[in-house]
Amino acid sequence: MTRRYRFPAAHVLRRADFSEAENQRVYGKCANPNGHGHDYTVEVTVSGPVDDATGRVLEPARLDDLVEGALLRRFSHRLLNDDPLFAERVPTAENIARAAHALLREGVAAGGARLRRVRVRETRNNTFDYGELR
Amino acid sequence: MSDPVRITRAIEFSSSLRLRLGELSEAENRRRFGPAAERHGHNYRLEVSLLGEPDPRTGMVIDLKDVKDLLEREVMARFDHRDLNDDTDFFEKRPPTAENLARVLFELLDRALAPGLLERVRLYEGPDHWVDVERGSEP
Repeated sequence: MTRRYRFPAAHVLRRADFSEAENQRVYGKCANPNGHGHDYTVEVTVSGPVDDATGRVLEPARLDDLVEGALLRRFSHRLLNDDPLFAERVPTAENIARAAHALLREGVAAGGARLRRVRVRETRNNTFDYGELR
Repeated sequence: MSDPVRITRAIEFSSSLRLRLGELSEAENRRRFGPAAERHGHNYRLEVSLLGEPDPRTGMVIDLKDVKDLLEREVMARFDHRDLNDDTDFFEKRPPTAENLARVLFELLDRALAPGLLERVRLYEGPDHWVDVERGSEP
């Protein structure tokens, strides 16, 4: 089962231990110091046995509550660089996908399902998948 | 590879084409390919998926700007607003079906990228029809 969620957030791609020139070279316009933002979408794919009583892998409302509490409330309308998850890692979409997976995995498992994949869509033309990729 | 991320970049291009084989007569081409034997066109959407380990420092699998430049050079410059039969030499011996075009695109991009990085190309021939060519899927 896959459900899609949305959150608008800002980020800056730069490292304090890179020189200005290095940041510009590696991250280009994404290194603009005042940041920029995206309407991120996150597709959360879970799998597991279908419960005989409910006919569900996981109650959609339960997944919604989990994603809302663990992810959307945390990232929505924020500068992602301020989140401790990105203290050591630059908030590239690759790292956002990894962070989202880490934030959701235990909650999905507690609901009796398995978190298969997180897909972060940064723009219509750029998507990033993390999890079971094959 | 311990902790890979898949990144997918999409582009759109428009081309004209005819599905036909040179050795067949006009009538045989029409019988085999129907209306697609006549010159027509499509708005293609190409999704290119790369599977790799993000660099621990930059947090990126590859600079998306490099992917953009690569797609501009290998795909847009060759195919956008071109005729697949007359303006390229990929379809002299095989018709430019979505399947064959996707194979050509996979080969072109695979050759231009770091070894093993390209995982899949998905080519949409309009919104409701698409084909995939994946690494190792060649029969």
